[in-house]
Amino acid sequence: MDAVDVAVRLLAVLLSFLVLPLLVGQTEHKVMAHMQGRVGPMHAGGFHGWAQLVADGVKFAQKEDIVPEGADRRVFQLAPALALIPYLLVLVAIPVAPGGGVVQVLDAGIFFVLAVMGVGILGSLMGGWASANKFSLLGGLRTAAQLLAYELPMLLAAASVTMAAGTLSLPGILGVWEWWWLPWQAVGAVVFFTAGLAELQRPPFDAPVADSEIIFGAYTEYTGLRFALFLLAEYAGIVVLSALTAVLFLGGWHGPFADGLGWLWMLLKTGVLAFGVIWLRVSYPRLREDQIQRLAWTALVPLALFQIALTGVVKVVM
Amino acid sequence: MSHASSAGTPAERPGARRGVFGSGLAKGLAVTLRTMTRRSVTEHYPDTQPELPPRSRGVIGLFEENCTVCMLCARECPDWCIYIDSHKETVPPAAPGGRERSRNVLDRFAIDFALCMYCGICIEVCPFDALFWSPEFEYAETDIRELTHERDTLREWMWTVPEPPPLDEGAEEAKEVAAARKAADKAAQVAEADMLAAHREHPAEETAAPAGQPQRNPDPEATDQGARSPGDRNAPRRPDRDEAPRAPDQDTRGGAE
Repeated sequence: MDAVDVAVRLLAVLLSFLVLPLLVGQTEHKVMAHMQGRVGPMHAGGFHGWAQLVADGVKFAQKEDIVPEGADRRVFQLAPALALIPYLLVLVAIPVAPGGGVVQVLDAGIFFVLAVMGVGILGSLMGGWASANKFSLLGGLRTAAQLLAYELPMLLAAASVTMAAGTLSLPGILGVWEWWWLPWQAVGAVVFFTAGLAELQRPPFDAPVADSEIIFGAYTEYTGLRFALFLLAEYAGIVVLSALTAVLFLGGWHGPFADGLGWLWMLLKTGVLAFGVIWLRVSYPRLREDQIQRLAWTALVPLALFQIALTGVVKVVM
Repeated sequence: MSHASSAGTPAERPGARRGVFGSGLAKGLAVTLRTMTRRSVTEHYPDTQPELPPRSRGVIGLFEENCTVCMLCARECPDWCIYIDSHKETVPPAAPGGRERSRNVLDRFAIDFALCMYCGICIEVCPFDALFWSPEFEYAETDIRELTHERDTLREWMWTVPEPPPLDEGAEEAKEVAAARKAADKAAQVAEADMLAAHREHPAEETAAPAGQPQRNPDPEATDQGARSPGDRNAPRRPDRDEAPRAPDQDTRGGAE
């Protein structure tokens, strides 16, 4: 890998990091609207409001950047960046095409990815603590509780895949992936995706930001560009979670004509999963705080353990 | 936790009994997906005009030819938002030797739509059908004082008043229509009698008389036809029919002939 190659790859990652979340956000605008019998944004940009999020960005950029008087200034200002950047780093390790279709092959890729994704949650925690606002604090506490509850089933489900593949490297997992892993790891896939949703605080697991209960949780005091960064982090999180679920459980770039069109398969699977995230948001009401905890500890953790047992049994028998 | 779980358990039990686990979740997803495939019901207002029902309460139009300055609307208005100024004029006698009549002439008719609460009492109370609801609604102003609209604007809105919806099958005929038809029938009878009499007296002028006689009262004929066609039941209400100011003694004159 020479310098130009590295630069091109990093540029591609940066570009997809800037474009894909906006694409998901715009899709959410339109899909959610149509699922509710509306049409969503129609004016910005001319054609069916395609530039709505660009317009939103311009609006956010114009707003005053306010830091509350009692806030822990430095931490408060740093939080949005900490929420956003981990998702950018995760993209570096996600393989999108066979044969070097990844910016950086990491031997312990899955460790890196899950660890860095966990760091993203810290942004919400910092914002919640530093805002000097009781709603922010409540949101932060809920975020922390959710992180603790759902990190475990997520890791267990990911561990099942690594057991099946015998490697921690993401391209390595895809290298040995077979189609029958789909039913084999189906339970793990559901657990991983659900836990991921909860970590992203997406509805129906959005109790930490629940705008109708605690204003906007940890983001209550944020305005302007910093608030926009938090929102962007949410959509970047959707992209990363969808891509990761596609790589671990849906075979990533596997598909007909994978040699040439692998990246398209990867994009398609990621897109379908992102659509699912939006679909779930529109369809289901918010879970109560205790329901969220109960789902994690009484449903997802046992299911994930069952998946690991299943993986182990199949692995030993074969 | 114990409180919350005790609240949650009874709600779950019937769901578990009802059907397969997760069927409710699937149903929720199906509903949103089905809605997505259907056409949305959104009205694209600034791009396309909404289709408003004929009885929409958009704005009040004034058919000032019908107004007799009786002031009933202004007095009944709960918001006192109707302003009327008028003066009296003397009309020369209709027939030679008669006496002069006086009539009210409208000088100003204005409605302050900043005060109006769109109750429609003025329209209900008007005995001469001079006020109408129009579905027109695009008359926002940047200054509240400009929401007081004078008679010319109110008269312009009269053109946007839609034809009233046809009456229900078997409904009682509108009173105005019945009265107009009665008057028209009477006038037609008189005209026929006149014509017959003229024919008997001057048989030589046969060619000139039938052409000249009906022209003396074309209005009752027109009203008669209008009243009988089913689509035009409420024809006398429509502004385009009576564009010229209606003379107060028009009916008497028509009946005398």
